[in-house]
Amino acid sequence: MRVVVDFDKCKSNAVCMAVAPDVFEVRDDGYLYILQEEPPEALRPKMEEAVRQCPTGAVSIEG
Amino acid sequence: MLAGGRIVIVGASLAGLRAAQTLQEEGFDGTITLIGAEPHLPYDRPPLSKELLAGPLADDEVYLPLGALDAEFRLATRAIGVDLQGRNVALDSGETLDFDGLILATGAHPRTLAGLRELDGVFVLRTLDDCLAMRARLAPGGRVVVVGAGFIGSEVAATCHGLGLEVTVIEALPVPMVRGVGELVGRRCARLHADHGVRLQLGTGVIGLAGEDRVEAVVLADGTMVPADVVLIGVGVAPATEWLAGSGIDLENGVRCDQWCRALSHGEAVAGVVAAGDVARWENPLFGEVMRVEHWTNAAEQGRAAALTLLHGQEAPVFDPVPYFWSDQYETKIQFVGRVGPDVRVVDGSLDDDRFVVAYGTEGRIVGALAFSRPARLMAYRSMIARREPFPDPGAEP
Ligand SMILES: Cc1cc2nc3c(=O)[nH]c(=O)nc-3n(C[C@H](O)[C@H](O)[C@H](O)COP(=O)(O)OP(=O)(O)OC[C@H]3O[C@@H](n4cnc5c(N)ncnc54)[C@H](O)[C@@H]3O)c2cc1C
Ligand code: SF4
Repeated sequence: MRVVVDFDKCKSNAVCMAVAPDVFEVRDDGYLYILQEEPPEALRPKMEEAVRQCPTGAVSIEG
Repeated sequence: MLAGGRIVIVGASLAGLRAAQTLQEEGFDGTITLIGAEPHLPYDRPPLSKELLAGPLADDEVYLPLGALDAEFRLATRAIGVDLQGRNVALDSGETLDFDGLILATGAHPRTLAGLRELDGVFVLRTLDDCLAMRARLAPGGRVVVVGAGFIGSEVAATCHGLGLEVTVIEALPVPMVRGVGELVGRRCARLHADHGVRLQLGTGVIGLAGEDRVEAVVLADGTMVPADVVLIGVGVAPATEWLAGSGIDLENGVRCDQWCRALSHGEAVAGVVAAGDVARWENPLFGEVMRVEHWTNAAEQGRAAALTLLHGQEAPVFDPVPYFWSDQYETKIQFVGRVGPDVRVVDGSLDDDRFVVAYGTEGRIVGALAFSRPARLMAYRSMIARREPFPDPGAEP
């Protein structure tokens, strides 16, 4: 499973970070960083939750 | 589990779409029918007061992604009644649609001010058509009067200011948004306008509009005339329940629901009828409070929760979210999680800064938090609220 963020759409509101802080981090510079691009399968439900909650539709999962 | 038959979803916007997508993902293999009063496929409303009001956007930034959804859309069609015994919905086309499950997701309509004349140049902002009609009138140098300093009014003021218009905001209350964010933060939000040279007139009611066919001025209670080329009436919304009057469904400032989003009739859950989004007023067990939330994330999450209830009944999880919303005004990202409580404390930065976090508490427990341009810090509070943690000490790290 691969997590992909469309950075043209991302607004750095950290909603995904609240769902999965091990994968998403918005830093004080105002940008979103992906901490694990290929998170373990156990995190799939959290990744699906992040996809649903992102207000700009910027997060998607491949594989 | 409800497996086949027909599920009718009334309201083809965020809550209705998310409900439909959830039904399909969960393997429902009957027919899903979405009824939408607007002529458009589901689109996103937040850009209507922000980017889309400022200028054109690509379609994929306006419309919500449908993904692999296989559902029947009946657009430009309004539901006009529900028969709970006959289990059908009446449409304004004259048809009736039988249902095995029903999802009420009709959102909210903008309120207007009683007694205002209908003049050209006066707008409310709820739909894509409202936004495009208003945008066509926003020429640099023009004068915009925004009536109501709530979230939508404030965002429109900021957007119009950015477009080079001269903006005045009129608010009847002495402090804006007290109900939404409390008095302390309400005052801070008021300052955002002043900092950008937008005039904010507080504690003044609007009693009328002046002009022949086109609006020329807004008339205030003290007789002052504020010249205007364009007027936005942003005085809040009311849940769209008029079509449910007399159906037997309990209406109390929204469709009254239980913890599973099941609609109530005389206080009892109606089998196979759920509600979600701006129209739903449900019991949130996390706060022990009956609430109605008029924000994006709630509509998305509750659309899903209501669909799960329809399929799985009380085996579905209760709907107990920590509400979340954002509002973008000027360069400031305002974000809020949870509820407003009587105890308020600045926990990060200071109200004099451009960035800070404020926590709200009640009876020693943290129930809410609000930030100006501090997204990551704020989100830490979302989980603290969900875990029912104590109200933080001043300066404590989340
Ligand atoms: C300008 C604007 C800016 C916003 N900005 C933000 C923001 O920054 N952050 C945030 O969190 N939230 C924001 N919101 C709020 C958010 O968009 C709403 O909470 C969300 O749209 C609610 O979704 P819903 O599906 O419950 O209802 P709605 O989106 O209101 O959709 C309900 C649909 O049902 C239709 N309908 C009504 N009655 C009938 C009927 N009888 N038959 C058939 N169809 C019917 C309506 O025409 C409408 O299309 C904003 C809203 C607006 C208007
Ligand atoms: S939730 Fe979406 S918009 Fe917000 S930071 Fe994450 S990817 Fe970006």
